[in-house]
Amino acid sequence: MSVAHYYETMEYGPAPEADGEARAWLKRHDATFGHFISGKFVSPASGRHLATIEPATGKPLAKIAQGIAADVDAAVAAARSAQAPWAKLGGHGRARHLYALARMLQRHARLFAVLEAIDNGKPIRETRDLDVPLAARHFLYHAGWAQLQEREFADQVPVGVIGQIIPWNFPLLMLAWKIAPALAAGNTVVLKPAEFTSLTALLFAELAAEAGLPSGVLNVVTGDGAAGALLVENPGVDKIAFTGSTEVGRLIRQSTAGSGKSLTLELGGKSPFIVFEDADLDGAVEGVVDAIWFNQGQVCCAGSRLLLQEGIAETFRKRLIRRMETLRVGSPLDKSIDMGAVVAPVQLERIKALVETGVKEGAEKYQAFGALPAEGCFYPPTLLWNVHPSSTVAIEEIFGPVLVAMTFRTPDEAVMLANNTRYGLAASVWSETIGLALDIAPKLQAGVVWVNATNLFDACVGFGGYRESGFGREGGREGFYEYLKPKAWAGRKARAELPPLLEAATEGAGFGAPSIDRTAKLFVGGKQVRPDGNYSRVVLSPKGKHLGEVGEGNRKDIRNAVAAARSAEGWARATAHNRAQILYYLAENLSARGDDFARRIGDMTGASSAKAHAEVEASIERLFSYGAWADKYEGAIHAPPMRGLALAMHEPIGVVGVACPDEAPLLGFISLVAPLMAMGNRVVAVPSERHPLAATDFYQVLETSDVPAGVVNIVTGERDALAKVLAEHDDVDALWVFGSQEASTMAERLSVGNLKRTLVDHGLAFDWYDRAASEGPILLRHAVQVKNIWIPYGD
Amino acid sequence: MTQGVLVPTPSAVPVQPHARDHNHTHAIARNTGRALEMDWVDGIRINLSAAERRVASLPGRRTVKKDAQAAWLLKAITCIDLTTLNGDDTTERVKRLCAKARAPLRRDLLEALGFAGRGLHTGAICVYHRFVRTAVEALDGSDIPVAAVSTGFPAGLIPHDLKLREIEASVRDGAQEIDIVITREHVLTGDWRALYAEVRDFRAACGEAHLKTILATGDLKTLRNVAKASMVCMMAGADFIKTSTGKEGVNATLPVTLAMLRMIRLYEERTGFKIGFKPAGGISTAKDVLNYQFLMKEELGREWLEPELFRIGASSLLADIERQLEHHVTGRYSAFNRHPVG
Repeated sequence: MSVAHYYETMEYGPAPEADGEARAWLKRHDATFGHFISGKFVSPASGRHLATIEPATGKPLAKIAQGIAADVDAAVAAARSAQAPWAKLGGHGRARHLYALARMLQRHARLFAVLEAIDNGKPIRETRDLDVPLAARHFLYHAGWAQLQEREFADQVPVGVIGQIIPWNFPLLMLAWKIAPALAAGNTVVLKPAEFTSLTALLFAELAAEAGLPSGVLNVVTGDGAAGALLVENPGVDKIAFTGSTEVGRLIRQSTAGSGKSLTLELGGKSPFIVFEDADLDGAVEGVVDAIWFNQGQVCCAGSRLLLQEGIAETFRKRLIRRMETLRVGSPLDKSIDMGAVVAPVQLERIKALVETGVKEGAEKYQAFGALPAEGCFYPPTLLWNVHPSSTVAIEEIFGPVLVAMTFRTPDEAVMLANNTRYGLAASVWSETIGLALDIAPKLQAGVVWVNATNLFDACVGFGGYRESGFGREGGREGFYEYLKPKAWAGRKARAELPPLLEAATEGAGFGAPSIDRTAKLFVGGKQVRPDGNYSRVVLSPKGKHLGEVGEGNRKDIRNAVAAARSAEGWARATAHNRAQILYYLAENLSARGDDFARRIGDMTGASSAKAHAEVEASIERLFSYGAWADKYEGAIHAPPMRGLALAMHEPIGVVGVACPDEAPLLGFISLVAPLMAMGNRVVAVPSERHPLAATDFYQVLETSDVPAGVVNIVTGERDALAKVLAEHDDVDALWVFGSQEASTMAERLSVGNLKRTLVDHGLAFDWYDRAASEGPILLRHAVQVKNIWIPYGD
Repeated sequence: MTQGVLVPTPSAVPVQPHARDHNHTHAIARNTGRALEMDWVDGIRINLSAAERRVASLPGRRTVKKDAQAAWLLKAITCIDLTTLNGDDTTERVKRLCAKARAPLRRDLLEALGFAGRGLHTGAICVYHRFVRTAVEALDGSDIPVAAVSTGFPAGLIPHDLKLREIEASVRDGAQEIDIVITREHVLTGDWRALYAEVRDFRAACGEAHLKTILATGDLKTLRNVAKASMVCMMAGADFIKTSTGKEGVNATLPVTLAMLRMIRLYEERTGFKIGFKPAGGISTAKDVLNYQFLMKEELGREWLEPELFRIGASSLLADIERQLEHHVTGRYSAFNRHPVG
């Protein structure tokens, strides 16, 4: 090609990024790698390696170690022995290390960018301009939290040894999102990168050691999914942080159930991209490019469902198709492309098959014109038009450069369609009307909402999902908490087994006027209702005296209670002031009947009058506390590096099941229900099985305190059996279980149906009178999910 | 792109590229203008942050190297309106500039690039009315048109009838292009009818000469104002829309360019007329101009890289391009004094 040729055609011509340094690094290691344990590469115990390929060419690239149990054990042991000294180093000491890691990434930025592009197939533009700088930013940002930790997180301690499993779509960036907060907080890490893309993690570990990171603090074990499973199951690991598919996330949840390991899951999505008729349509078209043709669409939060207001749908389609013509697909190292290679042949096949299904089900397919490279894993930018919510391609995450489009008529319908998915990771809203955009954002069931933007990320803004997109946040203050645990919960002991109650012989009643029968029913939808089965169960005093009877709730009662809670959605939208008032009013009305409650507690538990009165007083005070918190446990405004802001909103989780402990039958119940109410959740509570009458007496307090119907529902009966129904109910968003270790395990294991958030005590006793352990943010954090709304501005 | 959006028939049919006419010597059908359509103005929405993201990511998405880069820079030379608009301009100064317009690149460099004998020249010479005749005479026998800034440039606040007479005088003196300034007040007060009427009159006064409307985007401040003013000027018959006089606090920028190019695209979709674009002021390096070229090609297509539809108002840009082209030829970094000035 000559100058004259280009002068006539005005083509771009090739613009390859040099890859000499990255190839030289591979060569220095003979393109064969061990695990990185205790500060050095070690040969795999199995002696086996896995071959990885270069997606753009299909050629072999390197061999990585296949981890087996011995490797994982060695890595966990190394992390364990490094953890105490690493924590002891203190915030400032760790901040220096994190800062050094940020600088290390900046120093070797191009090497990381090129290696990542070769290994993953993504364009050098993205690795150079997004992945590497953002990875460095995460280390720098979290160096800051380490520095401030002793002051800002004084009531927290590190979790311990963290097992982290990351995906292949953003290998280095996900490494940074995972290990920066974990290390900053004083934990040590065993990282299992994805088998397709382990190279930048190995380079990072090597250079981190050179940069002075103490050995054992960061360990990398490579291998396939089996190696990841070994890490998940390893008893020496205190927490698993996983980013990947919802399917694997479920397996991890099941496998860790009852182990006491804490868990964060960042899973799949089918995120809506909503364009209203008053949007900047050309801007939104570019937004689509960034949403679905970024990283070949292999982005968990990709805006893959295009929702267009009917009036502009046709115009938008034309503009989008026209824009698709100018997209260039090519070698990841070409500096003049928009899209590179899909990560592996298996993914390419999956994309092809799903698109085929889409077309078979009636979608119209548009693909960008332009030759794809002859070899390698390439797939063109694709639009599927005329897709309906019931189409396979509108439901399944494709994880490729494939956009599906649908229309809506009104803002309400847009919200309905957007939320018509099991997922809830991200959403994008396009409108030039501030009132509309800011009205829609809070209504979307998604952990991240971008207004007139898409795929914006920063270390100071939490990222993570609602619903089956997982739980936990990465980034921001909210993300740092995921790698800490409360000091106040550290010394909990196993709950003492209560002796069985035996019914004493009934004494014959005399001829005096009997007290009027009070058989408690269930409290569902604001009404006292008879249990579905029409059975009741006896409540005994410690001495076996018959104190009364309560309804024997069953599956259907739970179903009815959940339905009532679901339909009380208005509570989530009630003002915080309104919720505060009602919590204070509950305290007022409980106080008015304080003596009755104290007598009841005394009868049920055998507590002295003074102790029983103390429990009532503590309950009143607790209601006051949550009345106070209701309008004060606020979100935050983050300041990402752009002109704009990100609102971290505390949103209620939704319908929450609560299984209450036997100790402190009133205070335990109030301590769990009140924080949930304060934050706008609706509750289905199963009170203490042994001492339910404090909760059933509370019906009247609820009825007299203006609590809207369905906000609090109470089903008495066999606690763990009812908790199991709640755990298996896919319309319950979260489940709190306080009781036995078995119940905790059951709740975690069965929560996988809809990946509900769980808070369980693993059979460890709570001191409900200890405010530090059982009141305030320590529980409120579990009563909300953080939604980050990005609002770029400017005119 | 040579026509409005074509919608391919769906299903398994790849998106077809618009038939691209690489023979750019054909005449572009001249914009006739049309009645003012207020819906076309009121419906304009443009989001600044989104526009900024688009232009910020473009240099990472497109680049040209080696021969391709040399070719793009040669093309840029053919699009430069070599400009002098200073109070101390004189006849001799203008003649010197005209000589440079005829021979913008050293002969040895042209030969090395394979461009000797092609008659490569800049897009136009751009001067005040006073020097139009001088420039026309100095450029006699070349194909280089003379552009005159007009209508009380740069502020545009002289009486309307004097503006029309100034245009007529420049046309009489041989100017083939008239770069007018709009009355910014009409934009800032949203008086689109007044803007339309003004530009309509300018167009009539131009006759055969081409009308380039300078929006003075630095004064208009918002992209929304820029986009609306662009659309009104095109409806009123502009052949080119141009960013700046070079005298505002902020001159051509990529976001402003994006806003204007989108309006050109929309106007073409609606009327079939292709309108030219001229960024002016602040484009002084080869690297800068390449980014403008990328944006032209990506947003509008191949045709908009030719001087018929793309001009660059610049005075010092050429010198940097010359240095870059010498580097391309010799492999050594060059210096300004090695290239003859204009």
